[in-house]
Amino acid sequence: MTIPDMDSVAHPQERRFNPYTENGGTILAIAGADFSVIAGDTRQSEGYSIQTRYAPKVFRLTDRAVLAVNGFAADGNMFVKKVKQRLEWYRHAHAKDMPLRAIARLIQTMLYGRRFFPYYVYNILGGVEEDGTGAVYSFDPVGSYEREACRAAGAAQSLVQPFLDNQIYFKNQQAAQGTSHPAHLPLETVLSIVIDSFTSATERHIEVGDGLEIFIALAKGRTLQGMESIRGLQELTVAEDGERLFVMRRDLKKD
Amino acid sequence: MFRNTYDSDNTVFSPQGRLHQVEYALEAVKQGSAAVGLRSKTHAILLALKRSTGELASYQQKMFRIDDHVGIAIAGLTSDARVLSNFMRQQAMGERMMFNRPMPVNRLVSSIADKAQVNTQEYGRRPYGVGFLVIGQDQSGPHLFEFSPSGNSYEYYAMSIGARSQSAKTYLEKHYESFADCNLEDLIRHGLHALRETLQQDKELNVNNTSVGIIGPMGQHEKPISPPGSFRILEGDNVEVYLQSMEKKEEAPAPASVPDAAPAPTADEDVQMSG
Repeated sequence: MTIPDMDSVAHPQERRFNPYTENGGTILAIAGADFSVIAGDTRQSEGYSIQTRYAPKVFRLTDRAVLAVNGFAADGNMFVKKVKQRLEWYRHAHAKDMPLRAIARLIQTMLYGRRFFPYYVYNILGGVEEDGTGAVYSFDPVGSYEREACRAAGAAQSLVQPFLDNQIYFKNQQAAQGTSHPAHLPLETVLSIVIDSFTSATERHIEVGDGLEIFIALAKGRTLQGMESIRGLQELTVAEDGERLFVMRRDLKKD
Repeated sequence: MFRNTYDSDNTVFSPQGRLHQVEYALEAVKQGSAAVGLRSKTHAILLALKRSTGELASYQQKMFRIDDHVGIAIAGLTSDARVLSNFMRQQAMGERMMFNRPMPVNRLVSSIADKAQVNTQEYGRRPYGVGFLVIGQDQSGPHLFEFSPSGNSYEYYAMSIGARSQSAKTYLEKHYESFADCNLEDLIRHGLHALRETLQQDKELNVNNTSVGIIGPMGQHEKPISPPGSFRILEGDNVEVYLQSMEKKEEAPAPASVPDAAPAPTADEDVQMSG
């Protein structure tokens, strides 16, 4: 008597349309004392194919809030549009922009509202709080969120987050005798960490590459110190007396 | 009067071919405080007189932002205005979402005109008791529209609605040909003069009761906003500089304004613009 080999036995299979797909890419945000940096690569892929070398994943919501979305691009893009619409209603009702922590809570309620057919998106919200501090909020697809100093999400998350834990939180690292680790890092250091994170992720992860877009949100009254040497820096805000928002773009390897 | 038997039902014409309910709704608009609108080649502006119930009360809001490129001033039932402006905001936002471009202003005004018309032809519904002056900017430049509860809307070079608006209209009719080439400051000055015509005796325009809405490039007293040229409302201290630029109310010689203290008990002279 031979025992049937399960692989060659016919059994029912359910075929169903899969509403989700993975579009690759990686996003990252780091909060400073009076600034916040939010970055994402610009490659959009599906499997081994590149859909486009330039599809933005990081979006300006207000002069002091930036949202990076990663996961399923169609859900990400639609989610950003819906968040922007809610911010517009807030502006109509209150004649001012929504504060950052309120946007974070709003994102939670919008995501949980789709608890049973979720937006397949990992969100990272970065920017400047009402009290002038730099902030990063990270979310899971159904709205669980937390304020942090730094977070990486997406395809190369497992490569980048440990690097950040070491460089931002100084984990598994001892300060020199008689000194202690700085509580906050300066902007130039943070930008170097961001760029190195992405160039390294590009080296070892096929879904990361092509281009890098970095948004820098500055608190009110913070000078442009540390930004003089950045080439290709573009200002998105018009007033000079409020919070300021800048964007810079860099190339990443295309292979 | 004869019209009493034909004026309760919206769906009944009078023998003269009128819908009295609609006409009564237009009366509600005439009861609201005045709003003035005018445009040039580059800008369209709204000016509104805010009313307050007493010294202890705040001043009623007369202007609403609909989108970056559209704003309105209201006269009549504020509650109806909020409902209609909410509808306009939804329309404008929906068009941006669907077609990836701002809603053309005439289409937006037509959408509320069509909505208001429904209430003039259905039994048991009353017409909206509010009129709008709508300013906006699209590819064909700045625009000014009037919307009325009858469901009619027209485009204008200059217009006013609300209490004693005829006085403002007279001023506008006299000067409208010069509006097209005005810069923003002169346009606002014309608008303020027109609005002043609607004031009762002893009243004056001040930072509390005057509201200015602007669409078009930044003026010399303004700070940059994003996106540039979008609809903004100036109120309170922001209006002071424009109020200062007005000619004195008494008849003034053509160039500078003479600080003449003598009040004018009779009707105002037409204000002469310098230059």
